[in-house]
Amino acid sequence: MKYMSFLKKLPPTVLTLAVMLGLFAGYAAKGGGASPAIAAAGKTSQAVEITNVSYDPTRELYAVYNKLFQEYWKGKTGQDVTITQSHGGSGKQARSVLEGNDADVVTLALEHDIGELEKAGLIDAGWVGELPGNSAPYTSTIVFLVRKGNPKKLNDWDDIVKPGVEIITPDPKSSGGARWNFLAAWGYAIDLYGGDEARTKQFLKDLFGNVTVLDSGARGSTTTFVENGQGDVLLAWENEAFLSIKGHPGEFEIVTPSISILAQPSVAVVDEVARKRGTEEVAKAYLEYLYSDEAQRLEGRNFYRPSNPKILEEFSDTFNLKLKLVNIDDDFGGWAAATEKFFADGAIFDQIYKK
Amino acid sequence: MFSIKRGQSSSIIPGFGLSIGITLTMLSLLVLIPLLSVLLTLSGTTFEVFWKTVTDTQIIATYKVTFSCALAASLVNLIFGIMLAWVLVRYEFPCKRILDGLIELPFALPTAVAGITLTTLYSDKGWIGSLFDKIGVKISYTTTGITIAMIFIGIPFIVRCIQPVLEKLDRQYEEAAFVLGASRPRTFFKVILPEIVPAALSGFGLAFARCIGEYGSVVFIAGNIPYKTQITPLIIMNKLEQFNYAAATSVALVMIIFAFVILFLINSLQSWISRIARG
Amino acid sequence: MRRVILSKAGPDGPRRDNNMRPSIIKWTLISLCVLFIVIMLILPLATVIVYALRQGWETFRDAVLDEYAVKALKLTLLSAVLAVSVNTFFGLFASWAITKFHFRGKQILTTLIDIPFSISPVIGGLVFILIFGRIGWAYPFLTAHGVKIVFAVPGIVLATIFVTFPFVSRELIPLMQSQGKEEEEAAALMGASGFHIYRKITLPHIKWGLLYGVILCSARAIGEFGAVSVVSGHLRGKTNTLPLHVEILFNEFNLTAACAVSSILVFLAVVILILRNIAEFRVKKETR
Repeated sequence: MKYMSFLKKLPPTVLTLAVMLGLFAGYAAKGGGASPAIAAAGKTSQAVEITNVSYDPTRELYAVYNKLFQEYWKGKTGQDVTITQSHGGSGKQARSVLEGNDADVVTLALEHDIGELEKAGLIDAGWVGELPGNSAPYTSTIVFLVRKGNPKKLNDWDDIVKPGVEIITPDPKSSGGARWNFLAAWGYAIDLYGGDEARTKQFLKDLFGNVTVLDSGARGSTTTFVENGQGDVLLAWENEAFLSIKGHPGEFEIVTPSISILAQPSVAVVDEVARKRGTEEVAKAYLEYLYSDEAQRLEGRNFYRPSNPKILEEFSDTFNLKLKLVNIDDDFGGWAAATEKFFADGAIFDQIYKK
Repeated sequence: MFSIKRGQSSSIIPGFGLSIGITLTMLSLLVLIPLLSVLLTLSGTTFEVFWKTVTDTQIIATYKVTFSCALAASLVNLIFGIMLAWVLVRYEFPCKRILDGLIELPFALPTAVAGITLTTLYSDKGWIGSLFDKIGVKISYTTTGITIAMIFIGIPFIVRCIQPVLEKLDRQYEEAAFVLGASRPRTFFKVILPEIVPAALSGFGLAFARCIGEYGSVVFIAGNIPYKTQITPLIIMNKLEQFNYAAATSVALVMIIFAFVILFLINSLQSWISRIARG
Repeated sequence: MRRVILSKAGPDGPRRDNNMRPSIIKWTLISLCVLFIVIMLILPLATVIVYALRQGWETFRDAVLDEYAVKALKLTLLSAVLAVSVNTFFGLFASWAITKFHFRGKQILTTLIDIPFSISPVIGGLVFILIFGRIGWAYPFLTAHGVKIVFAVPGIVLATIFVTFPFVSRELIPLMQSQGKEEEEAAALMGASGFHIYRKITLPHIKWGLLYGVILCSARAIGEFGAVSVVSGHLRGKTNTLPLHVEILFNEFNLTAACAVSSILVFLAVVILILRNIAEFRVKKETR
């Protein structure tokens, strides 16, 4: 009986659903319509649009770099280029690209995150060698940000593991910056204990025992330390530390430890997307131009260490260039090995939290 | 599955076919099929791997934190929810409409904004946190902070479930009980409370379920320290950040099952109670 | 309705004798409630406003009228309107089916409808990635036809619909349950058609519950963060909703602008709640 009446009412049901689907498809087409439009525009070389998916601390850098590049590209080819930015935690950003967020270029915090995109087939193998310096146009390092006057006298890694010191760092499981923090501390301790891993692990355990807030991203940690006044020391990207000082003059100090790590944020063209959208040329130029003298100086002014040694020298008053830096390839055997050993599930980072 | 019971097929109200048809279609398209994709992603995972993932000691610790905080928050909300509903229905006082209107605010305020402001407010440098700091109580970055965020997001549920029931409640019974010499508290506990129990339970269940899933506001105020202040949704995020989709969906599946069971219990309990009430 | 009862109860005998005690209880309860609301709701709200204005009106205006903020507002409103219409449509039919008929599996159906309510928004976003994302099963088909769902507007709309799915039906079901179905049955016996019954009998009864559900749904849709954050991709000016824009500003160390933009959301919420109060008042006047 009831099924009969259902059958009678079937046409309106189908109609409503069809209308809804239609509406939806309309929006879908509108959203997806962007890519053919770009491809068409590319042919007439009137305008081109690229998307740069980046990590948190580069917002300020790319806001100015994009303007510089737009002028350069216009002068060179006569073409207008629009750059859409996206920022977030490095891992999260890499994941969104992997899941279908169409980025023409990625400029992330770790080679490892871009490596995941290579594994997924989005980026052609061998991207690391495509641009100078392992595809890292600028580098950074890990420093301590402490409160004005350094009240707890925190000058090196062994000071911050003392009982009673409160440390703020993001979670290495979710933040690229935090992985550099972890490895820098490891680099110091392994040197201190002459290669004794058990004691190094204990050192890291003490360090993370002092951590009071483990935010999921570098920016979150900085806010926790700067705005909410938590902790005695923030383990931070050098450029983030400089930015915090710039934003809050007279409240904080930067302390460079005796050993830190050469942090190399990598950049790459997302080949699959660029090919599909016909933006390979401009995407490649976008990254290459990061190595030009103007861009390198811009990076220096935004507190990134330029990869060009001559220009880096120009910023010797800003950066402590005598700092001893360990690096990922020579001291940790590359990101794949380091991830496996330290950050995978059940690896050293998980172990130091296990009771 | 969804056929009309034989015994009661005498229902003469039209529109069952149409309405159940639309309901099921939309439910499937918008909720069920998406949820099934979780299972689909897990299809490559063996049960052992799944079980090992979801019973990892660190993840068990997050269940404990999430559930205990959600329970505490929902209990606080239960007490204040009943009180608020009572005050809003039974008393007249200045600014009552404003108070009434504010109740839905946690729905409308983005959870991230709520998280950021609550953290600022309750950190030991904030307006409220600094007061508690003097007596040595830390709120932000502890489980207390998580509970506070959960109280915030759960406020509307219980109030709004109880309010309509109280409004409809016939005051004659109360008056009668009161005239017959029952004290006010006694009247409340013997006459009014039983009437609002189903609604309160339903609100409690909804608030509890919502708290368990809450992510946006809690991550800011929780310290996210493993074994201490990590919540389960954060673990899902962490697994995702490591490109470990199988582990993330495993934990997600556990959460979905928890949510389903809680809601099912609440719905059954509610209809059982209302059936008893109807006799 | 409330008021009528109260004014009737006023001059009754037993009330007066006990005037002192109830008023103590009354004011204790009221002050407890007010205190709770002040601490839990008003202070956070005040924090938002104070932070928004701490660098003066100019900064506030610039943050609110920023090109990206306006675009984000438009996207938020679009997805809210779509989500509310879809969910209202669903809610009307679902509540009818569930409250006016007996059928097996009703409990399960109600629970399934409620599911999005209690699932972590993170999962709510993740499920769409697992279908429409590059790793999802529908991706090859979609790219072949040039349709983009996640990391584009449709994904944001879908995620918003998912998260607010039960809001309207959840309001209507208990209301219609308590009203029973005798009137509808009588009308049906007299030969009225389904839609006629609905319009003339059911709808007037549930008008205000429906309105309330719609309002709640809009409020939640406007404020949704977690699920949308997963499917958005954070493309500035394209897939950023207002709550995501707030997060971005916050991450740019621009707490003032973040709070200024949040205050738009607060403002929207307050407008919605005022509308609700007006509507409630009108409805009550009508029924009197």
